[in-house]
Amino acid sequence: MWTFFHKLGSPPWLYGISGSILRYLLPVTLIGLAIGVTWGLLFTAPDFRQGNSYRIIYIHVPAAVVALAGYYVMAIAGAVSLIWKMKMADIAMKSCAPIGAALTFIALVTGAVWGKPTWGTWWVWDARITSMLILLFLYLGVIALYEAFDNKAAAAKACAVLSLVGTVNIPIIYKSVDWWYSLHQPASIKFTGESTIHASMLYPLLLMIVCFYALFTCALLMNMRGEILNRERRTSWVRKLARGGDV
Amino acid sequence: MSAPGTAAFCLRLLRRQLVLAVRRPIDIGNPLLFFAMVVALFPLGLGPAPDTLAEFAPGILWIVALLSNLLTSDGVFRSDFDDGSLEQLLLSPQPLYLSVLSYICAHWLVTGLLLALVSPVFALMLNLPVAGIAALFGSLLLGSAVLSLVGGIGAALTVGLKRGGMLISLLILPLYMPVLIFGSAAVKAAVTGAPAGPYLAILGAMLSLAVALAPFAISAGLRISVDA
Repeated sequence: MWTFFHKLGSPPWLYGISGSILRYLLPVTLIGLAIGVTWGLLFTAPDFRQGNSYRIIYIHVPAAVVALAGYYVMAIAGAVSLIWKMKMADIAMKSCAPIGAALTFIALVTGAVWGKPTWGTWWVWDARITSMLILLFLYLGVIALYEAFDNKAAAAKACAVLSLVGTVNIPIIYKSVDWWYSLHQPASIKFTGESTIHASMLYPLLLMIVCFYALFTCALLMNMRGEILNRERRTSWVRKLARGGDV
Repeated sequence: MSAPGTAAFCLRLLRRQLVLAVRRPIDIGNPLLFFAMVVALFPLGLGPAPDTLAEFAPGILWIVALLSNLLTSDGVFRSDFDDGSLEQLLLSPQPLYLSVLSYICAHWLVTGLLLALVSPVFALMLNLPVAGIAALFGSLLLGSAVLSLVGGIGAALTVGLKRGGMLISLLILPLYMPVLIFGSAAVKAAVTGAPAGPYLAILGAMLSLAVALAPFAISAGLRISVDA
């Protein structure tokens, strides 16, 4: 158990293992995404009220779900790096922020595109949309704070503190729909009790959510590999790698 | 000379911060002046119709209070960081949690409390119905303390940076938003005759949470900034 923990802190080991994971995970993810998109966009029945416009749900909901989860990943990685001073956790946290910001942005844009035919407006200051916007600001704040420090070790610690503070906002984001009930519909997928979405629409949606998680993992690992190489560029194992050797 | 006890130390720290503030009255006056000036911008921008102003007054007053709080929180640790006394504080055996709390308390006394005290005047200028004034005062009193605590986190994280000013607003404003929502909702509720108590209770809950947790984040931020 502890040897595994120690190995996690070693850049060459993490670089190697993430390479092996990506070799299998990336193709599976891409195939899964292709299946999910085709299934969702072509082979599900149109919604009886929204017609075909609801199909953007297969992008919107997974992006929003994973954008929120990504913040947790970032905060947990930040906590790990603060508590155990683990360099690889720094890298994971730093690599999370741009991916999470991109996913939040996708969720906001697809939400606006979906809102136009459904609600008749691109944007409403609804609680949930606003919270997603705040989430985007939180991500951008972490990125900006990281860039502002010259000392990257201090930058990572500062970002870890900031992302932990930001997690206070995440429960508010989740609870916002219950607090200020408004235009946005409440959560349709529930783990306990009956879902209010039909099974034929639910399964491709669940597939897409799983694929987005996998996509997030792939993007995170690729980002981390790049960051590892950048930080370790003066070490012998990276030089060996650059000359075409094995790790 | 024996070292002072923790309570005495924190009181001395608080007194020092207050004396520093009183000796430079312009630092106390600036946020109030800023508050007055931005409030004056709104009738110019929105038009002087009393009904419109009354409708927007809760939001306007809260946003302006929030901004003036934001502007001052940048400087909470700045001068002590520059002259090195912050480093001495970090090295001292006193619990940092409480020392940090005295800094924040001093900041709140010279900005949040004063803003809450003068806010009724500006509320009347913006034609806010009298029914809302008590709620405005109460919500500002509670809310600005949360703002000071949260702003302290941003100040601690950016105190070592040369261009912290713009960055701190990017970091802190998202965290201010829940306070703004419940603060202005309290005033709006009071204006329409609904009880403002529940909103004030939520602000109080936020304050308790912030008092309990924010000093940890501020201490961590100060250590990071001093180390870097």
